[in-house]
Amino acid sequence: MNSIFSIHTIRFVVLVFVQVLILNHINFSGYINPYIYILFIALFPVKNNRIVLILLSFLLGLTVDMFLDTGGIHAGACVFIAYVRPLILKSSFGMIYEHQSIKFNTVEFGSKLTYFTLLTVIHHFVLFSLEIFSVSRILLILQKTLFSSIFTILLSVIVTIIFSRKTK
Amino acid sequence: MQQIINFIIRNKNFLLFLLLFGISLLFTIQSHSYHKSKFINSANFLTGGVYNSANNISGYFSLKAQNELLTAENKRLRKLLLNVNTNADSTFIDSLTFSEDYRFYSANIIKNSYSLNNNVLTINKGRNDSIKQDFGVISSKGIVGIIDKTSGNYATVISILNGTSSISAQLKKTNHLGSLIWDGKDSKFTQLIDIPKIAKVKAGDTIITSGQSSIFPKGVPVGTIESFKLDQAENYYEINVRLFNDMTSIEHVYIIENANKEEISNLLGN
Repeated sequence: MNSIFSIHTIRFVVLVFVQVLILNHINFSGYINPYIYILFIALFPVKNNRIVLILLSFLLGLTVDMFLDTGGIHAGACVFIAYVRPLILKSSFGMIYEHQSIKFNTVEFGSKLTYFTLLTVIHHFVLFSLEIFSVSRILLILQKTLFSSIFTILLSVIVTIIFSRKTK
Repeated sequence: MQQIINFIIRNKNFLLFLLLFGISLLFTIQSHSYHKSKFINSANFLTGGVYNSANNISGYFSLKAQNELLTAENKRLRKLLLNVNTNADSTFIDSLTFSEDYRFYSANIIKNSYSLNNNVLTINKGRNDSIKQDFGVISSKGIVGIIDKTSGNYATVISILNGTSSISAQLKKTNHLGSLIWDGKDSKFTQLIDIPKIAKVKAGDTIITSGQSSIFPKGVPVGTIESFKLDQAENYYEINVRLFNDMTSIEHVYIIENANKEEISNLLGN
């Protein structure tokens, strides 16, 4: 329990720092940034309490918001995906999720990719809707969601492959 | 009563989600209105400190370009100083009041931002350096933004690339006034609106600040006119302004304090 707790604390801090110090300065072609701090929410243990996850996601988003001066947009998007995560888990992993025995290191690649994609696209859509905050500019929202999502998914998959521990 | 408690327990996840999402929405809406965001800003001790130490390292990468910029500015100022010197003495008899209308402080940008809809910068000067809200911020090339929140050693700047900012600006040639806003599309351009139709507008003309807002002195360069068209009512011009500043790479900035600001705002009765 203690080691899990410390792993997630470290992951929280490292992801926030990587996000605000490096990834937010990429600005590829003007506005495309990856937001891989949501890996924290994606890789949070399934068995744990949902309330804990929702609260932690709020804290995570608020920390990022504080660094980026963006009001509450990251907090809102994070809370949203934390709340809908069980639905996404069910639709991307199917039966394994029902048995409550997912280990993110061992699931097959295809369903992991689906999972990341769904989570990322939902997160980015909520994020950019809140940032731009106007229905009349829905095209800009969708455009930003699409491009940033591709970037985020690519990076998250690479990061999880690099940092996955080879436990059977 | 029992049923209410049961309901709350059954839906605790959803209620918590609603509560937290509501709070984030509140913060978001606050951040969309000018000068309203309360405490989620990067001028506090933690975020300011982190950005400052990161900037200590990343500052080395652009050292050469920034040095060249500063040298060029020094050269320009020195030329100005040598040429104006003789005139200044004869005009200002009381040397105590000479050029005390505006005070300048220098600062470094420790967090730049230009890809969002509402961009906010962070600088490494704060209340301890007597920086207050609504001071103007410029760089050697032109206008940058207005101070928003301050903490002990840091302050946030509402960039001109921010949907909520609106700065009084004018045509250099003819003194017609307008407001400088940003449509959120391109970090190289801002928009100048409310220029009356009667003004003679030409592509390539220079836009400067007007000095009407008591934040910026008159004549701070903003940019040149790229293109222009009449608005829907066909009474005013909407002008696309190409900024002198490259907002994606600014490091050294100057903060302007208007010493007569209080007097002016008292006179205007607000």
